[in-house]
Amino acid sequence: MAKYFQPEIETAPLETIREIQNERLINTVNRVYNNVELYRERMNAAGVKPEDIRSIDDLHKLPFTYKQDLRDTYPYGMMAVPMSEVVELHASSGTTGKQIVVGYTENDLKSWADICARQLYAVGADENDYVHVAYGYGLFTGGFGLHIGAKRIGATTIPVSSGNTPRQITILKDFGSTVLCCTPSYALYIGETLEQMGLTPDDISLKAGIFGAEPWTEGMRKDIEKKLGLKAYDIYGLTEVMGPGVAFECEEQSGMHVNEDHFIVEIIDPDTGEVLPVGEEGEIVFTCITKEAFPILRYRTRDIGVLSREKCSCGRTFIKMSKPRGRTDDMLIIRGVNVFPSQIETVLTQQGYSANYQLIVDRVNNTDTLDVRVEMSADVFSDTVRNISKKEYELKEALKSLLGLSAKVTLVEPQSIERSTGKAVRVIDKRKLHD
Amino acid sequence: MTINQLSIFIENKEGKLADLTSTLAKENIDIRAMSVADTQDFGILRLIVSDTDRAIAALKETGCIVSVTQVLAISISDTPGSLSTVLRILSDNHISVEYVYAFITRRQEGAYVVFRVADNQAAAELLTKHGVKLATKDDIDAL
Repeated sequence: MAKYFQPEIETAPLETIREIQNERLINTVNRVYNNVELYRERMNAAGVKPEDIRSIDDLHKLPFTYKQDLRDTYPYGMMAVPMSEVVELHASSGTTGKQIVVGYTENDLKSWADICARQLYAVGADENDYVHVAYGYGLFTGGFGLHIGAKRIGATTIPVSSGNTPRQITILKDFGSTVLCCTPSYALYIGETLEQMGLTPDDISLKAGIFGAEPWTEGMRKDIEKKLGLKAYDIYGLTEVMGPGVAFECEEQSGMHVNEDHFIVEIIDPDTGEVLPVGEEGEIVFTCITKEAFPILRYRTRDIGVLSREKCSCGRTFIKMSKPRGRTDDMLIIRGVNVFPSQIETVLTQQGYSANYQLIVDRVNNTDTLDVRVEMSADVFSDTVRNISKKEYELKEALKSLLGLSAKVTLVEPQSIERSTGKAVRVIDKRKLHD
Repeated sequence: MTINQLSIFIENKEGKLADLTSTLAKENIDIRAMSVADTQDFGILRLIVSDTDRAIAALKETGCIVSVTQVLAISISDTPGSLSTVLRILSDNHISVEYVYAFITRRQEGAYVVFRVADNQAAAELLTKHGVKLATKDDIDAL
């Protein structure tokens, strides 16, 4: 039996969800128009007044908000309440430019706890569980989001934060952690460390894992599930919208339910900005409809995904979004071909390689080169060069048919690709050095 | 009939072989025989060692990819033509050899030749029929 944290809304009929969205959208648009200069200017420039937005059918009339807008208004320019009402700040890592700052009121934190609590219930956790949070704590939203969600369901919350992997394992063992929350690449690393320490999943008590904050594939899911002896679930979120919990996976493990009472999701054509029908692939766009401190209208996530309204066996009625295929920011253009690291990861794991890989992109004699460095795995290894070369050739062919360009494959020793306790570094683009 | 050979993935990089052999040295494991197949980027190290199980445990702890391969080892006299005779028997019977290496020991006269073939059973029967002496795990352990 599925268990819901807030059954009345998680399983509400579509009409009810739409009514809630209509009312909350109108409220939000009025508030931001009155309180945030950037929204007022943008709407005026587009010739849209708050009264033009009468239901979610009018959403497309609103201008988009871009990451650059959040940088331009750094640090507090997008706040829709006086700073005296803001009780907590978080910030993006700033790895792709100037960092952005987001704020939360007391009510915002309550909503955030609720949506993370829904995720925890969806993976079968309740007050009897030990929730081990190995996301980084601090300005990054990963740690605190799951932390307040775990407390909200009354679970025993273990705020380990990331890093010091042998200590993570000691705590997993000694504290009896049952639910692990961290990035998927770190989960894999914890699994490998467990193995190296001569332990097996039977030595720990994990039953479920909530992994997000970076793109990952089904192959990686299987790998993590095997190494840690748990069921691995995907959680989606981004700092600009709320943090983890914007969308969450249920027992179906086939896409994530968007918390539609808090966020409206759209898929658009990234080139034209046109809204695409449900079922078509495009850029994911979010509008926050309950946030007080940092509401955001039609935020361009740069994530590419697909939505589905198909009935879910878990009973939840919220729309589902696919695992994002990748961020348009992560997309590489190699010899004019669009390449997402996650596509390459899918091929690697399908062919029995590990999900520990790195893509080295360079430019030699004015031609782009792609070197896929992947760690040798027990499944691929053989005592003869012939067998390994054959598998290497098959991998190259699979990459070629998927990407339409030939890549070099370099097999490296296990553990030789640098591990990250946060988001993994998948791409080294040396071409930038020559600019 | 067959003996254990360790097959180890090794990157073609400075110091890798030294690291690996020092892991075995620390465990006081003797290397009886070794052969390396190398490509531009990586190599496959094949070893016959004094204690297979301990060697695997020690190597796995360092994160190595290591597997055990069953190979045939024959004992032949250390005289010209003896290897050729054996290879001729195999080739006449269409058994192809994937790789081969040999080693001699101090204790015994003669040499050991290690073969990797697709079908150990068939090759073993054939060689025995022709009077070639196959080494057992015990023979190797006793070296």
